[in-house]
Parts: sequence; structure tokens; C-alpha cells
Amino acid sequence: MDDAGREERFQARIDAGERIEPKDWMPDAYRRQLVRMMSQHAHSEVVGMLPEGNWITRAPSLRRKQILLAKVQDEAGHGLYLYSAVETLGVSREELIDELLAGRAKYSSIFNYPTLSWADMGAIGWLVDGAAILNQTMLTKCSYGPYARAMVRICKEERFHEKQGFEIMAVLAAGTPAQRAMAQSALDRWWWPTLMMFGPPDGESTHNDQLMRWRVKQKSNDELRQWFVDLTVPQAQQIGLAIPDPELRFDEASGHWLTGPIDWDEFWRVVRGGGTCNRDRLEARQRAHDDGRWVREAAEAYAKKHRT
Amino acid sequence: MSAEQPDSQWPLWEVFVQEKTGDPHEHAGSLHAPDGELALQAARDVYARRGPVVSLWVVESEHIVSTTPADSPSFLEPGPEKIYRHPRFYTGPRSTKNTARKK
Repeated sequence: MDDAGREERFQARIDAGERIEPKDWMPDAYRRQLVRMMSQHAHSEVVGMLPEGNWITRAPSLRRKQILLAKVQDEAGHGLYLYSAVETLGVSREELIDELLAGRAKYSSIFNYPTLSWADMGAIGWLVDGAAILNQTMLTKCSYGPYARAMVRICKEERFHEKQGFEIMAVLAAGTPAQRAMAQSALDRWWWPTLMMFGPPDGESTHNDQLMRWRVKQKSNDELRQWFVDLTVPQAQQIGLAIPDPELRFDEASGHWLTGPIDWDEFWRVVRGGGTCNRDRLEARQRAHDDGRWVREAAEAYAKKHRT
Repeated sequence: MSAEQPDSQWPLWEVFVQEKTGDPHEHAGSLHAPDGELALQAARDVYARRGPVVSLWVVESEHIVSTTPADSPSFLEPGPEKIYRHPRFYTGPRSTKNTARKK
């Protein structure tokens, strides 16, 4: 079969709702797009440990500390699921980690914002994990089998991340005036960057149409963003915090909450490395990689000794 | 082994998880590890962090022999001429209740 015939047959399988598995024929562009998307996702899980790791030693109680530790450990596991899934496409984890450490790979820009107070742990769980769950719920239906399976596992585990974050926010919002102010400030700082997590608006998204045709995604960036806004605004109202958007209004006709304009200049500035923490994050990753080297070497030496 | 030797030189292992006794072991995912002992520990940390899990298997991926998409259609051909393997093939008085059938 020639490539055009194969591609037609491939698209027919996708249209019929079949899943694609590692050994199946797939167009190069499909493979490339998946490697790009899945590796960025894996890097995001790994870099995503850093803003929260910042608060483990300063969690306000043992209960909160245990929860935060468990959550950060989950993110490491999620990184591993995703790197394994990318490896089924013929890329090694080593290459991917090298790309990250060399500063050539992208990861979610949200992690380039600093975590200034304890309330940021609440805002990250509630907003950032809440947003990620919507995206990942969609991806459980992704046409590429290993990616979809990793997402099922991640979604199951991540539900508590969002819940513990919302609980932190609710407790602070019902606390002293200072605690309340802390929660509001966290919402003020994380709201807009969270909306940007879903990516550029549909008209400007370069990959969107092709990814939808391949059923890698089933919803556009704007649809996912709207879904998030509709879920989150009532939650903020419920705990008495104000969404930092003077133009936010409920549109009776469509039944949606409509936000004011998003500052896409800020988004692109942070993507291109101009965020507060871009350099810090990569340095912390590099340090962790270097500091863990002796463990990898010891494990290797031990295994070698027992093989002979 | 030099300090620059990367982790992914370690063999790849496939992890199978049994959630409760009587269930089959199901493929959960994979990981890299230098030996079986560490593969099992990593599998515990990554794939059995939350219960319920009663048993874990790890096997080096290279030991798995599998069909390929190219040969599987003919290899897995169920043999449509052997329809007598299906209960639908048989006709009998409909009114008799089969006692072996689940209620």
C-alpha cells in the first residue's frame, strides 16, 4: 500500500472510533504531534512538582503536609506514566529529559509563576489541577491508546488534588480577615494564568484542527476554557471569593459565564522564557538530576554485581 | 559505567497489577529499572500507591512475544466456518430452561 492509501485507511480507523496502538502504522505527522504534546505534558508534571515542593516544609499542619507530599509524589508518578507512553513512539526518556534540561522543551507556563503564600497551594490545586483535569478527561478518549490509558490512571488519581485545593481555599476564605485576604490574593494571581493554560484562542491555535481530525483532542482550547469557567465561577461564589474580572458576566442566552479579554501578550512572554521563575525551575531540575546521579549509579552497580 | 550513562539504558519492564484475588493481572504500564528487585519496588511506588492491589508482576519488555499488526488479521482469524463453537449455532426447543445458564 502506498502512503496515501495508508493514510486514508488510518483516518478511516480513527473515524470509526478505533484506537491506534504503538505497532500500528501511523503518519509521521501524527507521531510527531503526539511526541510534542505528550512530552510537554510529561515535562509539565515533573516541573509542576517545584512550585508546590516550595511549601512542603512550611505546610501549616501535619495533615496538610502529608497531603501535599502525597500530591507532589503523584505528579512524579504522572510524569513517569507519560514518559513511558511517549517512549512507545520510539523516543527515549533520556532524549526527552536532555531536551528539558537544555531548555529546548516546553512545559506548561503556569509553573513559571511563583508561589508566594500558603494560599497558593489552595489556588494551584483548585484552579491549576482543576483545569488540568478537564483537559485530561478529554484526553482519556484520545485516539492513541497508550496516551489515553495514562490519562485514565492520572484522572483517577488527580481528583483529590483539586479537592484538597478547594478545601484549603474554603477554609482560608472562612477564616480571619488576614487569611481571607491571602485566599483572595492567591485567586487574583492564579485566575488569569489558569485560563491561559488551555492555550491560545481557537483562531490562533496552529495544531487544533489537525488534532481534532485525528481525535487526539475532541474539544478546542476555547471550549475547554469555557467549560472550566462555567464550573469554577459558582465555586468561587460558594466560598465568597471574587473572580478578578470586572467584565465577568452570566450570559442568559448561552447559559455561559463570559470573561473579559485575556492578556495574550503575557502568555507569549512567559512561554518565551520571560516568566518570573523560568530560570529557577530549570536550575532546580538540573540540580535534582545531578544530585540523583549517585543513586542511579549505585543501583546500576548493584544490578551488575548480581548478574555476574 | 560512566557518570553520563543515562537512566534509559536500563531495561524496560512491563508492570501487571492484580486488584483483588480472583481477578486477572492487568497491564498497568511500564518503567525502567536495572533489575527485577528494583523494578518491583518502583512498580509498587508508581502503580500501587493507592490500593487496592494484592499482587504485582514485572517482566522485562523484551521477553514479551507479541503479534504484529501486519500478521494479526490472518493469525487471529477466528474461523467463521467454525460457527459450531458458538451457542447461537444450536437450535433446540426454546421453551426448555437451561439450568446452567445464569439467572
